[in-house]
Amino acid sequence: MSAVPTPDSLLERAPLLVRDWVSGLFPASWRWLTGSLLAIAAVILGFGLLFTLLTLIERKALGRMQNRPGPNRTGPGGLLQPIADGIKLLVKEDIVPVAADRPLHFLAPVVLVAFTLLSFAVIPYGRHLLPVDLASGVLFFFAAGAATELAVFMAGWSSHNKYSLLAAMRALAQLISYELPLLLAVVPVVMLAGTLSTAAIVAGQGRWTLGFIPHWWVGTPCGAAGFLIFMTAALAESNRSPFDLPEAESELIAGHLTEYSGFKYALFFLAEYLGMTALCAMAVTLFLGGWQAPCVWLQSIPSYGWFFLKLGALLALLMWIRGTLPRLRLDQLMRLCWKFLVPLALINLGTAAFWHLSAGWEPLPARLARWALALLLVLGPFAAIGRRLGAGVERRRYRYAPS
Amino acid sequence: MTSVLVILAGFTLAAAAVAFALRPLVHCALCLVLAWAGVAAFYLWAGAEFLAFAQVLVYVGAISMVVLFAVLLTRRQADSDEAPGSGGAGRIAAGLAVAAVVAGVLGRAVLGANLAPSPVAARPLDVRRLGAELAGAYAPALLVAGALLTVALIGAVVIAATDAETRGEDRR
Repeated sequence: MSAVPTPDSLLERAPLLVRDWVSGLFPASWRWLTGSLLAIAAVILGFGLLFTLLTLIERKALGRMQNRPGPNRTGPGGLLQPIADGIKLLVKEDIVPVAADRPLHFLAPVVLVAFTLLSFAVIPYGRHLLPVDLASGVLFFFAAGAATELAVFMAGWSSHNKYSLLAAMRALAQLISYELPLLLAVVPVVMLAGTLSTAAIVAGQGRWTLGFIPHWWVGTPCGAAGFLIFMTAALAESNRSPFDLPEAESELIAGHLTEYSGFKYALFFLAEYLGMTALCAMAVTLFLGGWQAPCVWLQSIPSYGWFFLKLGALLALLMWIRGTLPRLRLDQLMRLCWKFLVPLALINLGTAAFWHLSAGWEPLPARLARWALALLLVLGPFAAIGRRLGAGVERRRYRYAPS
Repeated sequence: MTSVLVILAGFTLAAAAVAFALRPLVHCALCLVLAWAGVAAFYLWAGAEFLAFAQVLVYVGAISMVVLFAVLLTRRQADSDEAPGSGGAGRIAAGLAVAAVVAGVLGRAVLGANLAPSPVAARPLDVRRLGAELAGAYAPALLVAGALLTVALIGAVVIAATDAETRGEDRR
């Protein structure tokens, strides 16, 4: 273990310098406001741009996986496709059904985007880049996320269309169910770190063994299990494939979004991508060391660079999964959640307690025994529950077409 | 600071009043959610950050869903979206009696509490101490609440799972 003096290069402090320069343009009595407004503007602009970029990258990547070029007509290599999409959605007619509940129909996308944006407030993007440092930041993140379920209901109900309503109820059943493993998977990290503050959780992961093995929570048995459960639940929470039943385009005519058109429809997609990004950012913060560098000698690269590198890697993983796995059925979805993820997440709490209590096992044999026991606690239930759930199901065989 | 409290209280009470007054049940439920959010804002005003976020997570996120599901999935006598009209005298009497009991219990608790302003400003309770208190002095209360909720959950499952035999087992 080695604690290294924090390097504070010019590049590291660059965002702070920009902020101070901009707020220096305003009178002193306004400075407190400009700091907050700048953070808000940076989050909205930064992640708004990331959203447009993500739509393009995702379509390109999916295209490559399906042996087709993807969008390639607008601008060089299809680079201007997001702008074309944006203009198209902006100028499209905004249709509201006659029988719709107009105020709710209007409010649903607004509420969804607003609450999704709120969750970006507590993510530490870099050593000096944390918009709001809350003592219970992790709880704030999930509280903001929980309110988005209300928006899904409002969208489905206010459309006054029975298919929208049914799809919204299905989506809610999925969102509520997967909220449970999502929250339970986070608890081990909170237990081990002993804090709910995102800044403190990231700071606690800033240690290295021998200078190149980072002490991220994903490197402990309970952290690794928590990370896998968290990412599975995050896929379902953000309605991503293979859990994209709420808006399965080919089966449900977009579910609760059926009666939405034009820019409101775009807002729903903005919220979906923002929610996915926020959950990935939280996974990076909790399990992958946040803005910490993986090795001591790579700390000269600014911390926000590391954060966005990890975030990009997780987002790319989600795209890869979307291109690989087929969609689940609703009953399979519920079974996976209640009979597999929730029990494993609950057992993981016990593993975390064991890991916390055995922290003082110093000599090498004791430390090996600690690892062996913890791994047994993680892998044993995984194998047992998996075998029980899979009993009676034939192993699926894949046959590929001869090339 | 007091003006903020007045605004929050006014907002919460107004949302609750609108929830009473509106006819469509779903609008009532959504206004109720607004009132709960107002209570969360009050906790935030009072410096109880953890409690405020827990309120949002539990009430705005979860309980609201229970209410909405209950509104949508329960069978109504008349096939309408409206709340039942003002019923007979018996219904009104029962409502008033329940309200009186709740008001009595709450009033007793409020009047019996020692509300003298403390000379020292109370330190905001940090999350770690909150956890220690919950697992220490208030552990019995926590256990009782947990047992109660578990019983309610099992009861709900038993009521809901009536058609277990008729459904074909589909394992794939």
